[in-house]
Amino acid sequence: MAGIIFLDNASTTKVDDRVFEAMTPYFTQQYGNPASLHDLGQSAEDAVEGSRRHVASLIGAKPEEIYFTSCGTESNNFSLFGLAKSLKGRGRHIISSSIEHISILNPLKDLKKEGWDHTLLPVDEYGSVSPEDLKKAIREDTALISIMHANNEVGTIQNLEDLGKIARDNDITFHSDGVASAGIIPVDVKKLGVDSYSFTSQQMYGPKGAAALYVRKGLRIKPYLIGGTQERGRRAGTENVPAIVGFGQAARIAKQELGKNAAYLEGLRNAMIEGIMAGIDNVKLNGHPQKRLPGNVHVSFEYIEGESILLLLNMEGIAAASGSSCVSQALKNSQVLISMGLSPTTAQGSVLFSLGKFNKRQEIDKTLEVLPPIIEKLRKMSPLYKES
Amino acid sequence: MVTYSKKVMDHFMSPKNVGEIEDADGVGEVGNPTCGDMMTFYIKVKDDRLDDVKFKTFGCGAAIAVSSMVSELAMGKSLDEALKISNKDVAHELGGLPKQKMHCSNLGADALHKAIQDYKKKKME
Repeated sequence: MAGIIFLDNASTTKVDDRVFEAMTPYFTQQYGNPASLHDLGQSAEDAVEGSRRHVASLIGAKPEEIYFTSCGTESNNFSLFGLAKSLKGRGRHIISSSIEHISILNPLKDLKKEGWDHTLLPVDEYGSVSPEDLKKAIREDTALISIMHANNEVGTIQNLEDLGKIARDNDITFHSDGVASAGIIPVDVKKLGVDSYSFTSQQMYGPKGAAALYVRKGLRIKPYLIGGTQERGRRAGTENVPAIVGFGQAARIAKQELGKNAAYLEGLRNAMIEGIMAGIDNVKLNGHPQKRLPGNVHVSFEYIEGESILLLLNMEGIAAASGSSCVSQALKNSQVLISMGLSPTTAQGSVLFSLGKFNKRQEIDKTLEVLPPIIEKLRKMSPLYKES
Repeated sequence: MVTYSKKVMDHFMSPKNVGEIEDADGVGEVGNPTCGDMMTFYIKVKDDRLDDVKFKTFGCGAAIAVSSMVSELAMGKSLDEALKISNKDVAHELGGLPKQKMHCSNLGADALHKAIQDYKKKKME
């Protein structure tokens, strides 16, 4: 839609034109199945392997350490269920955090039925997991640790290197959900010390329908989808070739432009945060002030509720998101915000503006212009707000 | 966005009767911010009729639209008639509400009824 100011890049990103162009031949010209022996099949196979090299290179992995999946959720499910199966002999305890994505938290609940106990580490007011807490939570039967890299809501980036070192020192397998971080901030899986890492195409200006799980060479993981020999038998099923080609291009471009994009986004983000703070009172920035994703502006406006803010922004052509209970289907406040110690009332007034490389400074300025009257209008209606 | 009817959006964008009545004859408050919605209704009564109705609401688009609709439906009605305004009436007048937002319509009529009860209680004293 023309004229939309898209500040919801944490939900998904617009596909880069170069990515889209690279994908198009794989629908009607190079439509072969990579498993086929003939030329059409082999050129699809070559395309998938080319993408694997780009995707691996983005995170400092070897191509044979990359498994293509369909989405970030699948990568997280593959990792937790696949590792739990192969680690059964090692123990029956998993350590994770209270701010993980539901594609980690719900599998943990499921694994509980199969005898896997888990501990969810708390976070501090900025959403950071403390290495000390991790050390204390380790038990004799801890077999797996799963801590996300950057939080998808408040943008806080965890100190994975320190957490990874603790896992290694204790000989515990370490998974990280990197869906919000890969392609946006530098990721080197060897440096981070992760054994397994999930990431996705649609967060880095690639198409939906392709994602990946990095599995360190030598690490045993049970297959997720069982069938043919695709993805070395660990994720059977015909590859989504066009999406994987797009993912490869998105990863290649992301690696090339990462520094430039991050610097640009940080500039926009800081201008937006400063603008909001200067134009509106009783507003709180959520997440870590420094260690946060370059495009993340997560704020809580006191005395009002997020959905009504989003509706009024939408009327102005601005797309944003909220962690308020009225926006979620479950009618529950964001667990991330509650874990960080926000009061339920403050959490209700949360709005996430997630900026992307296609956003322009004028779009931020326009948002900063329309936001104060929206907040003012809703506060005037609120029984919690007393005008000073 | 959630799909609200045009009527809901109209009331949300330009709500009627927002505010407080300082010397209100009755005040009714329902909900709390933790659950996402909170409404306060203020009424002024003259000859057993609602002479003025105002509200303040913390909540989603549906909650604000519901408050506005309830205030409009109640304005000028006798107390008995106003007590008969049901949650169903409110949702119906708004052209329907999304399923997960139906609880908002409950709050609106409840807050109005509470304000009327508050007035009756005060009168008894």
